[in-house]
Amino acid sequence: MQGQLDGRVALVTGASRGIGRAVAMALAGEGARVVGTATSESGAQDISRGFEEAGLDGLGIVLNVTDAAACDRVLEQIEKDQGTVSILVNNAGITRDNLAMRMKDEDWDAVIDTNLKSVFRMSRLVMRGMMKARGGRIINITSVVGSSGNPGQANYAAAKAGVAGMTRALARELGSRNITVNCVAPGFIDTDMTKALPDASREALVGQIALGRLGRPEEIAAAVAFLASPGAAYITGCTLHVNGGMYMA
Amino acid sequence: MENIEQRVKKIVAEQLGVNESEIKNESSFVDDLGADSLDTVELVMALEEEFECEIPDDEAEKITSVQQAIDYVSAHLKK
Repeated sequence: MQGQLDGRVALVTGASRGIGRAVAMALAGEGARVVGTATSESGAQDISRGFEEAGLDGLGIVLNVTDAAACDRVLEQIEKDQGTVSILVNNAGITRDNLAMRMKDEDWDAVIDTNLKSVFRMSRLVMRGMMKARGGRIINITSVVGSSGNPGQANYAAAKAGVAGMTRALARELGSRNITVNCVAPGFIDTDMTKALPDASREALVGQIALGRLGRPEEIAAAVAFLASPGAAYITGCTLHVNGGMYMA
Repeated sequence: MENIEQRVKKIVAEQLGVNESEIKNESSFVDDLGADSLDTVELVMALEEEFECEIPDDEAEKITSVQQAIDYVSAHLKK
C-alpha cells in the first residue's frame, strides 16, 4: 500500500477513544507507524487491537502525559524501537468544567497541567529528533472554545488558547529546521466528552452550527492527516478550525 | 585518532555549514560563523553526542566560541 506517510513514525497522545483514536487510525491509514498512548493498560491494549483489526501498523502504550519521567522514558523507548518521531499529535486532554465562581484551584491546575503544560513537554521531547532530521510535524488538538469561549470552561478555554499561542511561538522557533507546528480546533464533535452534556445544551449548541449537526471524529482526523501530509509543508503556526461553521474566525 | 581540537572544529563545520579552514580557535559561533541561537543549541547537542557527555544548560550557555568548546570538552572528557 502506498501512503503519504510511509516510513514515518507518528505519536498520538490520548488515542484510546474519540478524536485521538480516529487520528491514530487516519495516520496509520496513510502508512505511518503510529504509537498511540492511553492512561490505562486496557486502553493501550484497545489501541493495539484496533490497529491489528484494521491491518494497520501501530501499537498502544501506557502513558500519563502529566508524568514527566514517564514521558522521557516512553520517548526514549519509541526512538529505540520505532525510530525518530516525525509526527507528534498532542491530543490528550481532560475537562473539569464548572462556573468560575465555583471552580476550585485543583480543577484549574489539573486542566492546565494536562492540556497545556504536557503539550509543551511532549513537544520539547520530540524536537531534538526532528531538528536532527531537519523536519517534523507537531499538531496540537485545541478547541473552538479556545477562540469563542464557553461558560463553565475558563480552565479549558485558557489551556486551549494557551496552546494556540505556544504553537505560534514554536512555529517561529523551529521553522528554520523545517518543522511545522499547527493546531486543529474541533468544534462540537460526537465523542464521550460531549456525550456527557445534558440534552438541552446539546440541542442549543447544534442550533449554532451552520451545518446543523455534530462533527465526527473522522472529520477531525482528516484535518490532522492533511497537516501531517506533504501537501501541508508550507502551513505553520496556524489553527485549522473544523467546526461545521459553529465559529468563524 | 584526531585530537579534541580537530574533532570540535569538524563538528562546528558540519553543524554551521562553514569550511573548516574558516574556523579559528577564537571564532565566535554567532559573531564570526553566522550561527543563530538555535544553531548553538544544536551544536551543543552534537558535541554531547560526539564526546558522549552531557553538558548542563548553564555550562552550555557559556560555550560561545570554538576555544570555549575545546576547553570544556578537554576538561570534562572521560579519560
